[in-house]
Amino acid sequence: MTELLKIEGLDVEFPTRRGTVKAARNVSLTVNPGEVVGLVGESGAGKSTIGNAIIDLLETPGRVAGGSILFQGEELRGRDEDEMRTIRGDRIGMIFQDPQTSLNPLMTIGAQLVETIEKTTGLTGADAEARAEELLAQVGITEAKARLKAYPHQFSGGMRQRVVIALALAGDPDLIIADEPTTALDVSIQAQILDLLKRLCRERNLGVIIVTHDIGVIANIADRVVVMYRGEVVETGDVAQILGAPNHEYTKSLIAAVPRADRKLERFTSVDYIEGDAKPFSRIDVQNHWLGQARSDRQAKAAVEVDNLNLSFVLQKSLLKRNRRMLQAVDDATFSVAAGETFGIVGESGSGKSTIARMIAGLYQPDSGQIRVFGEDVSTRPASATARQARRALQMIFQDPYSSLNARMRVMDIVAEPIRYHRLTGSESETRQVVSDLLDHVGLGAAAGLKYPHEFSGGQRQRISIARALASRPRILICDEPTSALDVSVQATILNLLKDLQEELGLTMIFISHDLPVIRQMCDRIAVMRHGQICEIAEAETLFEAPTHDYSRHLLDLMPRMDLLGTDRAVPA
Amino acid sequence: MTTFILKRLAQSLLVMAVVSAISFSLFNFVGDPVNNMVGQDATREQRIEIRQQLGLDDPILTQYTRFMGNILSGDFGLSYRIKRPVDELILERLPATLELVFVSAIIALAVGITLGVYTGIRRKSWVSRVILSTSLIGVSLPTFIIGIALIYVFAVHLRWLPSSGRSGTVDLGWWKTSLLTVDGWRAILLPAITLSLFQLTLILRLVRAEMMEVMRTDFIKFARARGLAERAINFRHALRNTLVPVITIIGLNIGGLIAFSVITETVFQWPGTGLMFIQAVDFVDVPIMAAYLVFVALLFVLINLIVDILYFVVDPRIRLGS
Repeated sequence: MTELLKIEGLDVEFPTRRGTVKAARNVSLTVNPGEVVGLVGESGAGKSTIGNAIIDLLETPGRVAGGSILFQGEELRGRDEDEMRTIRGDRIGMIFQDPQTSLNPLMTIGAQLVETIEKTTGLTGADAEARAEELLAQVGITEAKARLKAYPHQFSGGMRQRVVIALALAGDPDLIIADEPTTALDVSIQAQILDLLKRLCRERNLGVIIVTHDIGVIANIADRVVVMYRGEVVETGDVAQILGAPNHEYTKSLIAAVPRADRKLERFTSVDYIEGDAKPFSRIDVQNHWLGQARSDRQAKAAVEVDNLNLSFVLQKSLLKRNRRMLQAVDDATFSVAAGETFGIVGESGSGKSTIARMIAGLYQPDSGQIRVFGEDVSTRPASATARQARRALQMIFQDPYSSLNARMRVMDIVAEPIRYHRLTGSESETRQVVSDLLDHVGLGAAAGLKYPHEFSGGQRQRISIARALASRPRILICDEPTSALDVSVQATILNLLKDLQEELGLTMIFISHDLPVIRQMCDRIAVMRHGQICEIAEAETLFEAPTHDYSRHLLDLMPRMDLLGTDRAVPA
Repeated sequence: MTTFILKRLAQSLLVMAVVSAISFSLFNFVGDPVNNMVGQDATREQRIEIRQQLGLDDPILTQYTRFMGNILSGDFGLSYRIKRPVDELILERLPATLELVFVSAIIALAVGITLGVYTGIRRKSWVSRVILSTSLIGVSLPTFIIGIALIYVFAVHLRWLPSSGRSGTVDLGWWKTSLLTVDGWRAILLPAITLSLFQLTLILRLVRAEMMEVMRTDFIKFARARGLAERAINFRHALRNTLVPVITIIGLNIGGLIAFSVITETVFQWPGTGLMFIQAVDFVDVPIMAAYLVFVALLFVLINLIVDILYFVVDPRIRLGS
């Protein structure tokens, strides 16, 4: 059998002012018809670069510096723009990560499909429209004819990704390159999209390259896997072999770092091979430090109590009440979090889990209901002095480490701000000392204080966020998807840090995530949310072993199967 | 959408009420009109008689109510200087200004958008660099200097175009136009270019910045990956997406064109409302000034209303909701 795509010795360079960055070095891989090849690696590994290099759409100033790309036996390198245009769309289709932004918001789905069909197949007018309808039906969109007239914003994320797939299929290509096609989607939608891709691959005998950082996606869809690390392919092999018995140290580390869904471990497997983020900690002795002084012995009182909380958002404004459209974001939620425990809230996007967190943190005002922090009602406005005091004990860590830090402030000032605001220290020199200690303690080193946030990686920024949260000596931490923007190896180190801090400082944590394995590893008790309502609250182990609510079972079923990873994954030395 | 437009209309009414109050206050704060109307040798009795004719001795509130009533029925009073109804004067002069603004808006849009798209796509070519540096002249030089320079080159030196005035007009009965004859076009060209330069530069730079922004988006990358032609990508996908912010600025600036036309009309002695306004200021001809103020405010309000409605037309996300 001849290969559909054969890449040999591919080098990709990005010339910059500070010298040439080699984004890909000596990369070789093959794709056969009817096969899904997973291209896996962490951010910066060069995996997307390979996809872009194949269709000659590297971001400027990138260029292919060496090697060959044979597609159906023809060399793709050195083609001019016009020739490449007959290959893109016609013979190689591309799917991008974010369906929210991959479609032109001002054109109907139909118009975008028709222009692509006209270009790739030569069909025109009514024929092209009929074909567009057919394509939509094939990717599982019902009432295709009517939907052709809709604009992208009238579709949900999953539906939009189906439209994107239909567009990629419009020219009946032989190869599909899918760049993180499900990263922006919920787990249930992810499963559907992966099924769709796999079905199309089999039915049409397509070759598929799926670029992803997610081992779960690989386990679900890939036939063969290519593992990349820092621009190089470190290992290629059958999916069962790569996930079950990896050879290369990096692959072993990567797989070991994937949180397990099947069993709770004391700590996340830390990854030694992947350097850069975690420096040796010069940790402080918390008991005798400023940071530990606020620690009070565990109280019998619950840390956070939430009673019949409600909040709805206005979707469509109108002067007339009957024309107004409301969304009940949180619907009569009641739970309590004991001091010192980690309480998980899990659910898909739009389930209201972040909204609850924001209400507890005081960022949203509830429509009705009560929130008590250590017995103190904090939900009334204007806040009383005692309520403000109680609220100081509560800090939040946000999902996106890029937008949650002020880019124009030094890290030192970002961390010192809560201390200065609450006047927690006696003098400025003490503040500086405390900030240095905090930065040390979260594994950044005191020198980090003089830099600005953009000089740090995502994982390091999340450490800054943690230091900032600790700076007001909180007793409760609310973590809203703290690691979902991070690579899996970085995720492991951050989650371990959070566990350590909780242990040392006796913190209470409310941990919000859509990622079930992470939730299982982190939490003592878990609330499952859907459409603003809490379906079930259970001990973590009970929930995973014997869920009682139908929706909990449904969520657990959707978890990517990791059987291939083996039950006793070796921990690399 | 209806709710939105009703809300905008209510806001517009408020703006107009405030502006008319300000323009009314001109009558009481800007000098004594009687002095300008009568000669040096007028007797005290003549002055009093004129004051009574104009109703200047009535209480302020009565004067204001009368003023508002008159405005609503299109009566802005008599010009102190020319002694003719102000609304008639404005309507007589309006075609000249509107044609000037229209032609210069077309120039600014056509040239500005074209060059903006070009420089946005071919960012690094030397043509783009030349266009961008030249366009700086448009923003940094004041209108009257550009006007005088153009007169010097094209009227005085090359003698291609007339230096001032509005010739070659054709009277259509309700509208005197200069767009139907060669002479009329020759006359309108220089002032229109002068007036358009600033807006042209602004539109050029805005379209360029927006194009560069849009060209970086995922849907452009995805359109490329589908092998669509460069032309389809640039115009069908990219340009339309730059239009929402561009429309906002253009809307505001057409109002600006009318306001700036005061200077251009003076330089080129163009017989429009701007020139009339400047002359009115010279003679403290308050009825004209007040009417001009109301008229310009009305134009701004109308243009902004049109811009708001255009958003609905251009952007389905606003039109259809989710």
